[in-house]
Amino acid sequence: MKLRFIIPFIIFLTCSAVLWKGLSLHPARIPSPLIGKAAPNFQLPTLFNPQQITLDSDLKNHITLLNVWASWCATCAEEHELLLKIAKNKSFVLYGLNYKDDPDTAKKWLLDKGNPYQLIALDREGQAAIDWGVYGTPETFVIDKHGMIRYKQIGPITADDWQNTFLPLLAKLQGEP
Amino acid sequence: MKKLLSIILIIFCIFSSYQISYAAQDIYQFTSIQNQNRFQTLTTQLRCLVCQNQNLAESNSGLANDLRLQIYQQIQQGKSDPDIINYLVNRYGDFILYQPPFKAHTIALWLTPFILLLFGLSYLIYYVRKEHT
Repeated sequence: MKLRFIIPFIIFLTCSAVLWKGLSLHPARIPSPLIGKAAPNFQLPTLFNPQQITLDSDLKNHITLLNVWASWCATCAEEHELLLKIAKNKSFVLYGLNYKDDPDTAKKWLLDKGNPYQLIALDREGQAAIDWGVYGTPETFVIDKHGMIRYKQIGPITADDWQNTFLPLLAKLQGEP
Repeated sequence: MKKLLSIILIIFCIFSSYQISYAAQDIYQFTSIQNQNRFQTLTTQLRCLVCQNQNLAESNSGLANDLRLQIYQQIQQGKSDPDIINYLVNRYGDFILYQPPFKAHTIALWLTPFILLLFGLSYLIYYVRKEHT
């Protein structure tokens, strides 16, 4: 007879546990299948020079951060201050991938706010971004010395993310052969 | 009267769930009706990553537009459905599929309904037998 009370209670507890767990999940952050794989190559013009760059040849022997941004993206403007700050750190190279943007507006945006990027590839059609599995801006990829994607940040990098996720990861990647 | 009303209500509920809008499909010209059907099936089976509760056929987001174009072009190039799905899964992960594949971390998702069904059935049998005696 006691089971009549215990079983609903167990069901209630199970449901509560599942829902409680659900509160701390982030379904909008979709895990990237590209982690641990070679960075997809692209060949694109750059924002300030008409010459094409091939990403592949530019990734080896140093850690790279690839930040996907656009001048129409409000969150990117929020993230920008942090990017300017971290660009002073010389343990990695910061590249930008300008996503479906107007080059002139993008240039003006950078002249106004400052340019943290060493190189900016211009992806007007968003094709390179599809190859990288980008589904929103900003996104930031960490690429190791061998051209492998090791981490993907979805949404802006906060000061907290930088301290607790990026710096330890960069130190670890720096230590790898 | 009450019974009739509830039957009407049930039928209404069933059919109202079939209203799926096909937003921007007519802009693509296909070489065959099969290809057009493939496009429709694919875009309704794949999730829009920006507005996650819509499929690629329904969504008006920029990315959904680009991915529809991508699927269209690949169909025109003669790629098969698994090729196209693989192309997208390699970039966006299993998340883009509305029907997740059976894998180690989706076991609970696939098996829980059957386990619950088993529980329910055994309880039903137990209950009916008890009532009989």
